[in-house]
Amino acid sequence: MPTPRTGAQIIWECLVHQGVNTVFGYPGGAILPAYDAMLDYPVRHVLVRHEQGASHMADGYARAGGGVGVAVATSGPGATNLVTGIATAMMDSVPIVCITGQVPSKLIGYDAFQETDITGITLPITKHSYLVTRVEDIMPAIKEAFHLAQSGRPGPVLVDITKDAQQAKLDWEWNPAPVKMRGLRPKLSVSKTEMAKAVDLIRSSKKPVILAGQGILHSGAMKEVRQFAERIKAPVAMTLLGLGGFPASHSLNIGMMGMHGEAWVNHAIQEADLLLAFGMRFDDRVTGNIKTYALNAKKIHIDIDPSEINKNVTADAAIVADLRQALKDLLDVVEPGDHAPWLKYIGSMKGDSAVRDIQSLPDNGHLYAPHVINDIWRITEGKAIVVTDVGQHQMWEAQYYHHESPRTLITSGGLGTMGFGLPAAIGAKLARPDAEVWAIVGDGGFQMTAAELSTAAQEGVKVNVAIINNGYLGMVRQWQEFFYERRYAATPLRSPDFVKLAEAHGLLGLRAERRPEVADIVQHAREAEGTVVIDFRVEQEDSVYPMVPAGADLDAMIRRPQQPPSVLVETAADPI
Amino acid sequence: MHHTLVALVEDKPGVLNRVASLFRRRAFNIESLTVGRTDVAGISRMTLVLDSDQVSVDRVIAYLYKLVNVLQVEDLRDVAAVARDLALVKVAVAGHDRSQLLRVVDETRAHIVDSGEQTMTLEITGEPPHVDAVISRLEPLGIIEMVRTGQVAMRRGDTALSATQYS
Repeated sequence: MPTPRTGAQIIWECLVHQGVNTVFGYPGGAILPAYDAMLDYPVRHVLVRHEQGASHMADGYARAGGGVGVAVATSGPGATNLVTGIATAMMDSVPIVCITGQVPSKLIGYDAFQETDITGITLPITKHSYLVTRVEDIMPAIKEAFHLAQSGRPGPVLVDITKDAQQAKLDWEWNPAPVKMRGLRPKLSVSKTEMAKAVDLIRSSKKPVILAGQGILHSGAMKEVRQFAERIKAPVAMTLLGLGGFPASHSLNIGMMGMHGEAWVNHAIQEADLLLAFGMRFDDRVTGNIKTYALNAKKIHIDIDPSEINKNVTADAAIVADLRQALKDLLDVVEPGDHAPWLKYIGSMKGDSAVRDIQSLPDNGHLYAPHVINDIWRITEGKAIVVTDVGQHQMWEAQYYHHESPRTLITSGGLGTMGFGLPAAIGAKLARPDAEVWAIVGDGGFQMTAAELSTAAQEGVKVNVAIINNGYLGMVRQWQEFFYERRYAATPLRSPDFVKLAEAHGLLGLRAERRPEVADIVQHAREAEGTVVIDFRVEQEDSVYPMVPAGADLDAMIRRPQQPPSVLVETAADPI
Repeated sequence: MHHTLVALVEDKPGVLNRVASLFRRRAFNIESLTVGRTDVAGISRMTLVLDSDQVSVDRVIAYLYKLVNVLQVEDLRDVAAVARDLALVKVAVAGHDRSQLLRVVDETRAHIVDSGEQTMTLEITGEPPHVDAVISRLEPLGIIEMVRTGQVAMRRGDTALSATQYS
């Protein structure tokens, strides 16, 4: 039965029908009608301290829980503050829906107070966007937004709703019919010819490597990837965003690839005769110099997004499909393989990993970031959801926290957004209240969004914040050390007393400066109520090894020097 | 190399912006872009001419399909197609030039659509190379002003990229 509703009420009706029970936002003039109506609906609103926090929280919420995250903001500055989080979600294919208020429709185009063209601003960083000026268009826009955010390759969708559309009344009822859009592509099917090509390539390969990307998590193909890898006995290399999609402890998992990947993984890729790319896009951080990338390897590329095929590398067999379905089809026809000599060879290359193995760090009682992260992994038994910020600590996390299951590492990969960690961790905890959530952040990135500690305190959300505090913008300092003659331009960083900062928020603050203190402090944080901030004072000038300089060949890595601080540079290239 | 793509799009606010933004964002060069209504209300048709290699054109098509308002894209590379461009050219006519101008008009199927005391305006319609050729013959006479619509194109024969399937 159609019932009289305002546009503002329709927004919440639709969100509730979409299964939303938590939103992240900040009120303001143009979204006030929606906020007023919100009080009558069973939705938890998390008041952020800056709208960037809202879009990152929605992102963390979506990545941890597997659903759609929702951020709400007002027009003008409220909407523009969402932008970094939207771009982050776009680059990493995260389904979020952002709802913004807009000035009344009769004022659009007149530079009204807090007017901004947010659909224009976000056009290149959303899958799609809607400017809704009529109350009757609210439901179709929100339904389509949720559909688009999750379909195909996921991503952010923005719905901008004018204040008069929120205030207008309509005899309204929920339309449960599935979304029908003429512009939506039909369900993808696996091409038989490409499939046949792939099967031939797999059969004739002696040195295959599976490249496991985030598409595994999106399509829920963990089981199929495992079956496939075990069937043909191929080593599995992980992208940063793919971590957790294939168990770290599995004997076929050789580790992370790319700029800070394991040396033997990058060597294996360069020497492979076949790369099987599963839901990954050959980002420049994983290929290094594209002109010299895996020259001996044929490439089988499976991705749901046709625009990724032949973008960075040319595919010899291209399967545009949902990864899980494609692997199911492949598993029906691919014969068991055995690549024991190849696996043995890769294993033998691991031997030289000792130079950067955690055991080889000087155990002089000083704290090294890898120690901290390795201890957190050990103490949490690898079962925590870890959300990182961006920089050195992020790469150390990827190297020293071993992820066994999907959606346990949440990190800004494509955009590399500093400030992501804390708000995304709050979002992750709200999506998975049962899970132990750690935010591992640097002293630089943490301070970009540290105000969200206040959000965590007000909402009573428990995340454990491990600040890897080295007093520098560490990754940039590392580049300056390697490529700019140690000229530390604007990287030394003076921070507030993080323990006192935590206490000022009514939260527990802890500090560790020596390795023997780490275990007790980590345990203390886990057991304490509410969000805990730990200031880990680590070695200031440690660097992440190995490192492929930007634009260098994938197997031309800078390795950890045997005797710090002299740096062994195997090759030099102009970083970009 | 020139490629002609035809796209059926929903006539929604911002659709032209979305298409144009895609080309800007991905650094593809557009030679010409025309857009107009079709026989079906709410469906517009674009003709895009790109200066690009084939791999890039395949990527453009994939990117176009990611736009929600894009319904269908046709690549006219391997098919026989009718292509037309239209130009209006205002040419100076100072005395002795007039007979030369009339000869060009005679020989090229151009039309005189307007004439003033100092100028004459021609309409030239045809395949883009034909329009180019006529314009190059007019250049020595003194072109005062010129406008071209950009190319529109359609597949020859009985097959069609019909908008009615979306009505």
